[in-house]
Amino acid sequence: MTALGYNFGYLDENTKRMIRRALLKAVAIPGHQVPFGAREMPLPYGWGTGGIAVTASVIGASDRLKVIDQGADDTTNAVSIRRFFARVAGVETTERTTDATIIQTRHRIPETPLREGQILVYQVPMPEPLFRLEPRVAETKRMHALADYGLMHVKLYEDIARHGHVAISYNYPVLVGGRYLMSPSPIPAFDNPKMDRMPALQLFGAGREKRIYAVPPYTAVRSLDFEDHPFQPVRADAPCALCGSRESYLDEVVVDDRGGRMFVCSDTDYCSTRQSHQEAAE
Amino acid sequence: MAYVAVKGGERAIEAAHAWLAEERRGDPALPELTLAQIEAQLGLAVDRVMAEGACHDRGLAALAIKQARGDLIEAAFLLRAYRTTLPRFGASNPIETDAMRIRRRISATYKELPGGQVLGPTFDYTHRLLDFALAAEGGTVPPAPERRTDAVPMPRVTGLLAQEGLMAPEPPSEAEPPDLTREPLGFPADRPLRLQALARGDEGFLLSLGYSTQRGYGNAHPFVGEIRMGAVTVEFEPPELGFPIELGEITVTECQMVNQFAGSRTEPPQFTRGYGLVFGHGERKAMAMALVDRALRAEELGEPVEAPAQNQEFVLYHCDNVEATGFVEHLKLPHYVDFQSELEKIRLLRREAEGE
Amino acid sequence: MTLTPGFADPVPDAQSCFRALLEAMARPGRVQRIKALPEAPVPLAPAAAAALLTLADAETPVWTDGGPAAEAWLRFHAGCPLVAGPGDAAFLLAVGGMPALASLEAGTEEEPHRSATLILQVAALEQGEGWHLSGPGIEHVHRLRVEGLPPGFLAEWSANAARFPRGADLLLCAGTRLAALPRTTRIEEAG
Repeated sequence: MTALGYNFGYLDENTKRMIRRALLKAVAIPGHQVPFGAREMPLPYGWGTGGIAVTASVIGASDRLKVIDQGADDTTNAVSIRRFFARVAGVETTERTTDATIIQTRHRIPETPLREGQILVYQVPMPEPLFRLEPRVAETKRMHALADYGLMHVKLYEDIARHGHVAISYNYPVLVGGRYLMSPSPIPAFDNPKMDRMPALQLFGAGREKRIYAVPPYTAVRSLDFEDHPFQPVRADAPCALCGSRESYLDEVVVDDRGGRMFVCSDTDYCSTRQSHQEAAE
Repeated sequence: MAYVAVKGGERAIEAAHAWLAEERRGDPALPELTLAQIEAQLGLAVDRVMAEGACHDRGLAALAIKQARGDLIEAAFLLRAYRTTLPRFGASNPIETDAMRIRRRISATYKELPGGQVLGPTFDYTHRLLDFALAAEGGTVPPAPERRTDAVPMPRVTGLLAQEGLMAPEPPSEAEPPDLTREPLGFPADRPLRLQALARGDEGFLLSLGYSTQRGYGNAHPFVGEIRMGAVTVEFEPPELGFPIELGEITVTECQMVNQFAGSRTEPPQFTRGYGLVFGHGERKAMAMALVDRALRAEELGEPVEAPAQNQEFVLYHCDNVEATGFVEHLKLPHYVDFQSELEKIRLLRREAEGE
Repeated sequence: MTLTPGFADPVPDAQSCFRALLEAMARPGRVQRIKALPEAPVPLAPAAAAALLTLADAETPVWTDGGPAAEAWLRFHAGCPLVAGPGDAAFLLAVGGMPALASLEAGTEEEPHRSATLILQVAALEQGEGWHLSGPGIEHVHRLRVEGLPPGFLAEWSANAARFPRGADLLLCAGTRLAALPRTTRIEEAG
């Protein structure tokens, strides 16, 4: 028990066991959404309860936890979730991607490539990649069973016919292991290629929708596209104003009300690590 | 630099919570609200929080209301998040609303019936005029006149209809009901699961849906067969004992709506039931729940499923206010990474459109 | 009959065993050593017993051929219902021989996760030699040698894989060692 009177990791052992069973099946069936009996958490649904439930079921005393929201360790919800685990699990937390054993994220994949021995836990608001095209859950279940993803292909094709491009810039659908259509959670399409054959284990928790899914390490994750219109991740065409990176995903910061803009890395750890290396080199 | 200012942080959160605590307490010159006062004088708020928080504990519900500054959905959420950490010892025996110690019992389908009509503590027939006498404190309330009703048997109206064969039978089942707090909703959802979801569903949502069935969105011809409110005994049968032990009593409100049913090829025309049951005195919720329950039975009764209230997925996925408030309010969280990708995409599409 | 203890420190022991199981399932063929072990009764392998204590409870029907001491131990420490038919179990713990994979719950096309996990005790597990494994979780190839499998195992395994996404998943246990074969893993015999 922790000082608060709750079990280690907040969840009771029965709930953890139920989530652990779901996680193992999720890993065994890459990209398939496993329903689980999500519990109310002390944070609201939609604020990372699924990711928190997964992390709470996985984490142990020897883990080092990093939590990011929008790529940043210091955004309010990331701070709040990190504090939660420090309170209920007493684990060490870190802002360094390379030092973390578990990284819980909302909306981003860190720029620093992840390695074996790390687990990336995504907070997922809406796990069903087809929900905008077919809101009925019973119907989307049937489509996944049949691998019937024609609706999504038609949507992408119509985008290309209208705009010359697929008009999806985030939450861009992927096919996992050549079988299951999966929502990458709303990460920018820029991050999609990082999911493909990633050495780390990727776990996805959707609390409100009560689904868990997973991508095992080194598993093919392909962003849907067409041969004559290959998938193109988009990034602002600028260097980071702080570290100069031309590779990282950028936040656009409005600096005045006369159209002034600057671009900085969304991944705060990546950016500050680069800056300190540059200072050390000077 | 502005870049730093847009990021939140630990100190900002702590300061915000300190401010919240100050606002909660309000003017320190005024006496602090006690849980006993909330429990006793805001009893219907306590009842609603227990129903939507899916946890029967008046004291904890009062605490949640105080902590939530009177925001009842926030209070229900607090209670749910507490409830979910409690160990589960087992399921109680079904409560017997037949044997309810009645405080209120009315029927709209019969003028007079065995056991009679008991108005009880109701807002019905009050004139909704602000009572300025209540604004003055220290007034005493004269005791209400009493008549014992315990001894009078009060058979349910649906039972009276069933004796005549006019009520579609709903045979009791010994099957273990599903538990939506442990297994996520699956579809098609059978009635025990639907009723479970509705019982903890948002009163406002169910009220509007029930209302919609009266206005033609769904084929409803409802009559209030009976509403009863009062105390029922909760019993638990530990497997090792083999006989039930009494845990205590709780107040519930039950509503049985009687609805026309045209019949089918195999069944003669008869009445069907819509059922509502909530913790505490929650009459509006129980009635709305009964309307929605009946609407959701459309498919099994062979009626066309056309209206929102008849659509299982639509109703059950959206009736939970803890889920709904979380997801609506999560839009407050930063979304600038995704918004940035949208900005870049729109700029790209516009550049290309201009280039053409 | 005296019952031997379960996990010495249930919360952290179950957590560390689960991480080993997760790692095993995520990287098929990599052999994990379970560090915190319960005192399992004969004939249960400590790793197999630890896996069941970590995953099984009142909600998961378990089948085992481990005999009365094992059954009493599981009933007490995991609180799981024991079933007579392999096809009715969520978890199976086989110590004597392997129940036919085709007889196990394989889930449905819509719900392939409602499938059994077979915990199979084998004579030995060695990574880096033997079979060539490929599939999700494996960068190029993992090698795994398993001693004590029935002769027709590979044919049964490919039949199991052929019904993907349906199918059973396998945990192989030898003493304190454990490796997983999820339904996605392809096995080729060493050439």
